[in-house]
Amino acid sequence: MPSQNTLDTSWPDTIHAHFRRVGVRQVGYVPDAGHSRLIALCRDDPNIADVVLTTEEEGVGLVAGAALGGERAALLMQSSGVGNCINMFSLLRNCGFAGLVVVTMRGEFGEFNPWQVPMGTITEDALRLCGFLTYRIESPADVDEIVGAGCDMAFDGDLLVAILLSQRLIGRKLWTR
Amino acid sequence: MMQASMLERREFVRRLLIERGDLLVIAGLGSATYDVAAAGDHALNFYLWGAMGGTAMIGLGLALAQPARRIAVITGDGDMLMGLGSLATIGVKEPKNLAIVVLDNGSYGETGMQPSHTQAGIDLAAVARACRFPAARAVSRIEEADEIRALLHAGDGPIFVSARISREETPRVLPLRDGHGIKQRFMTALAALNPA
Repeated sequence: MPSQNTLDTSWPDTIHAHFRRVGVRQVGYVPDAGHSRLIALCRDDPNIADVVLTTEEEGVGLVAGAALGGERAALLMQSSGVGNCINMFSLLRNCGFAGLVVVTMRGEFGEFNPWQVPMGTITEDALRLCGFLTYRIESPADVDEIVGAGCDMAFDGDLLVAILLSQRLIGRKLWTR
Repeated sequence: MMQASMLERREFVRRLLIERGDLLVIAGLGSATYDVAAAGDHALNFYLWGAMGGTAMIGLGLALAQPARRIAVITGDGDMLMGLGSLATIGVKEPKNLAIVVLDNGSYGETGMQPSHTQAGIDLAAVARACRFPAARAVSRIEEADEIRALLHAGDGPIFVSARISREETPRVLPLRDGHGIKQRFMTALAALNPA
């Protein structure tokens, strides 16, 4: 798979740098291949409390609690996890908490697993219905600008911002038997 | 089952919150929110009116953000059952300053007192112990309220208490319902405690 070898893989470092820049102190996540490097960077960062979740909706509560205590928190999840959060997102919207969710997309470009497709194809619409501004990134060249702007909009404006990392950016998942 | 001697929820919560000082309280939706409000409205109460299943995790986010302060989550068995995985998540982080008190009447009070899993014998304190809440316990006597109150202020967390309350319905005591208002009031009061 030559396309795997030519992928730009530094984008997680860019996202982590923006977390540091805006003072993200808590990061909630369910383990995910697409987010694995960003998760590792957050785990190794003494300024960030990493919280591994059993389901993504726990992270919504975490974000609200962190904000009540004066800390900024971000969530990392796969597109399937967005579906797990829908009712819990009402907590952020009702109280005007800032929300920053970075979503690795499945169920689109190059997806080998049809079970990922139903949620993957409605992820962005579902986020919008939940009150999120959504920004989609297809190319590594756009990560710095869009993630930076998304962080600022979320935390300076107390807005809900979701950044969707397309499957073309993160690389299609390899299917091995 | 659970009928022999059980707590009256209002009196139990009232005793937990006597002279509460700087205790930060997250109240789960439904009757737990009414109980906490009935004990005395307070700017350091964060009342939930929805987000079922999320109460304990709000407590964790707050506990991590405010490690020098004590956090009490007071919620019902239905809310706790919906967020059972959060006990495992909290167990991984082991926050020393977090306590969860479940007001367990084995019933879904807001929807007509249908039986919950705990009424069928599912043991929340045992789940919590398995999730690394070392001193998780159940209480059913009002005399134990003072001991639990002391735990909220100085116990080694994470603390879990399943309070076996009776199923009798209590009058609703309705606090603030505007989410922005509840949040802002809480954050302003907390900022006033924390010197900049």
